[in-house]
Amino acid sequence: MEILNKTHAFNLVKWAKDKPEVLVLSADLKSSTEIDEFFDIYPDRFISAGIAEQNMMSFAAGLSREGFIPFVHTFAVFIYRRAFDQVAMSIAYSNLPVKMFGFLPGITTPGGATHQAIEDISLMRALPNMTIFECGDATEVETILDPVMAVKGPVYIRMLRGDIPRLFDKNEPFKIGVNRILSQGTDIVIISSGICTEEAIKAVDAMKAKGLSIEHQHISTLKPFNSKQLLGPISTSKYGVITVENHTVIGGLGSIVSECMAENGLPKKIAKLGLQDKFAHGASKAYLMKEYGFDAMAIIKQTEKMTGMNFNISEAELKQVNIIPMHSAIKAEDL
Amino acid sequence: MDKTTAQIAAGIRRRVLEHTLKNNGGYLSQACSSAETLAVLYKEIMHLGSTGAPIMPRAFPGVPSPFNPDYFTGGEFNGPHTSEYDRFIFSPAHYALAVYACLIETGRMDEKGLEHFNVDGFSVEMIGAEHSPGMEVTNGSLGQALSQAAGIAYARKLKKEAGKVWVYMSDGEFQIGQTWEAFQFMAHHKLDNMGVFVDVNCHQCEGRMVDVMNIEPLDARLNAFGAEALKVYGHDIKGLLQAASTPHIGKPLVVLCATNPFEGIPLLKQNAPKYHYVRIKNEQEKNLYRLELERMSPRTLNIPGIIRPAGN
Repeated sequence: MEILNKTHAFNLVKWAKDKPEVLVLSADLKSSTEIDEFFDIYPDRFISAGIAEQNMMSFAAGLSREGFIPFVHTFAVFIYRRAFDQVAMSIAYSNLPVKMFGFLPGITTPGGATHQAIEDISLMRALPNMTIFECGDATEVETILDPVMAVKGPVYIRMLRGDIPRLFDKNEPFKIGVNRILSQGTDIVIISSGICTEEAIKAVDAMKAKGLSIEHQHISTLKPFNSKQLLGPISTSKYGVITVENHTVIGGLGSIVSECMAENGLPKKIAKLGLQDKFAHGASKAYLMKEYGFDAMAIIKQTEKMTGMNFNISEAELKQVNIIPMHSAIKAEDL
Repeated sequence: MDKTTAQIAAGIRRRVLEHTLKNNGGYLSQACSSAETLAVLYKEIMHLGSTGAPIMPRAFPGVPSPFNPDYFTGGEFNGPHTSEYDRFIFSPAHYALAVYACLIETGRMDEKGLEHFNVDGFSVEMIGAEHSPGMEVTNGSLGQALSQAAGIAYARKLKKEAGKVWVYMSDGEFQIGQTWEAFQFMAHHKLDNMGVFVDVNCHQCEGRMVDVMNIEPLDARLNAFGAEALKVYGHDIKGLLQAASTPHIGKPLVVLCATNPFEGIPLLKQNAPKYHYVRIKNEQEKNLYRLELERMSPRTLNIPGIIRPAGN
């Protein structure tokens, strides 16, 4: 598996070259949100807002009213927790094209509860006019900017930084409202987003080797949510649905899928893996995913519970799974 | 003939009082304190383009969304948004009626538009929104308009536009952290294309600001934040005009307008220290306000229901 470093930093610089209307805003987290290269190359398009996010969000709204496209960069928690009123009233109400790049989604930081955005999807999803994307790998980080620009209104992005694996073929870019179908099958449906997809791929590969037929879809557009690709597999699944998210299970992917199932009258069982109405704390990503039960082993255990099967898969076995960049099983034109 | 600034100010008070009588209550003190400031801003300070004929406010087109192409802001009442003209960002939405009255007095809004005031389905809302005449950003959650104005001012500097950005605020907004974040930003980024007029009437919902939450010395605080702040008497048109031309190279200008929440309507003083919303309690009190209105009216208007005090 290929691991890329500072994907957003280099990609943004390249992508923004011929887009003078794009301004980057920083709240004292230039290097932490990978916009230091942008600052070096385009200092005139970089605006330092300091540790003052409420002003920054309303200020961004003002810039966008004058034809600029502000790319706000900070930790996700400071966007929706610190400045929710400003996001709601200065930006979302007016449907302004402010693009909010929220770093450190869920437990991707050892910074503890203050840094971990665990209920951002629940809150941002409740805002009318808001579009929500989440990156799951380096290919999505590299290809998300065109879709972000294509949306005329505000966009909130759960962004990844640092070392990021490439899970998806680099020629299959991020597409708004299109799920990546990573496995097709009829026993159980596994729906994952963000960093949980890597875990789900490991679990799915191991369980497929034991003969289970699995539908696995990766979600990167959380709002507006397109359930079209999910309804068929869910309705034909033998044992039901498991959602896996790096977020509280109240209001995130699991809730979204549950609502879709109920609205479409699909009477299947659903298990929602993620933070079970609990805050996280400062520790490593792997440790926290294991502790809170949304790593690959947790997915296997949940599948065993729902299918009544015992796959006898050890953690050591899982580690040997070699993830090669996946081709999506479905083409956009088929939808 | 064009009205003088003083006539415009008097017209603002009179129209707002008329509506307060009509509705048995309203945001009357806001008109008393802001009348001269709004009048001098619109008449003499701001370089705004013409609206042509007075505009009739439109019906509310529904909230902004990707599916609502008919949405508009109230910015059209302040003239075209071209590079040479100033912009006006109005923050304290409770003062909306005073702004509508000012737009009528300055020939920007059709006076029949006030018939839509606080009427369901129209844009002339009681607490102004961004689609209400004269407003163009969401300003209801206090403290957010200044930051948005800073965004507009920064963008205008990037675009090398000559027009300035004027902001009207209330003193209560200086209890809000975001206001100080915004001034910190405006000073750091040298937004000297901004001028902020503040209605320092020293009162808020719960009473006197010195009792609720003191913000003084406001001029010293603002100057320490890097603004060019000065105090003027907010009912002195000449003083306000002079203050607007204070040099402020590299700094945002702040004019602190010391005002009375009962200026021009002495009867209102009985509400001290709670001026935020005036509720007319009974017919006797209503009559006293009718007499005030009669006194303020430019000619003998037939004010319905008036009862003359004995002996008059």
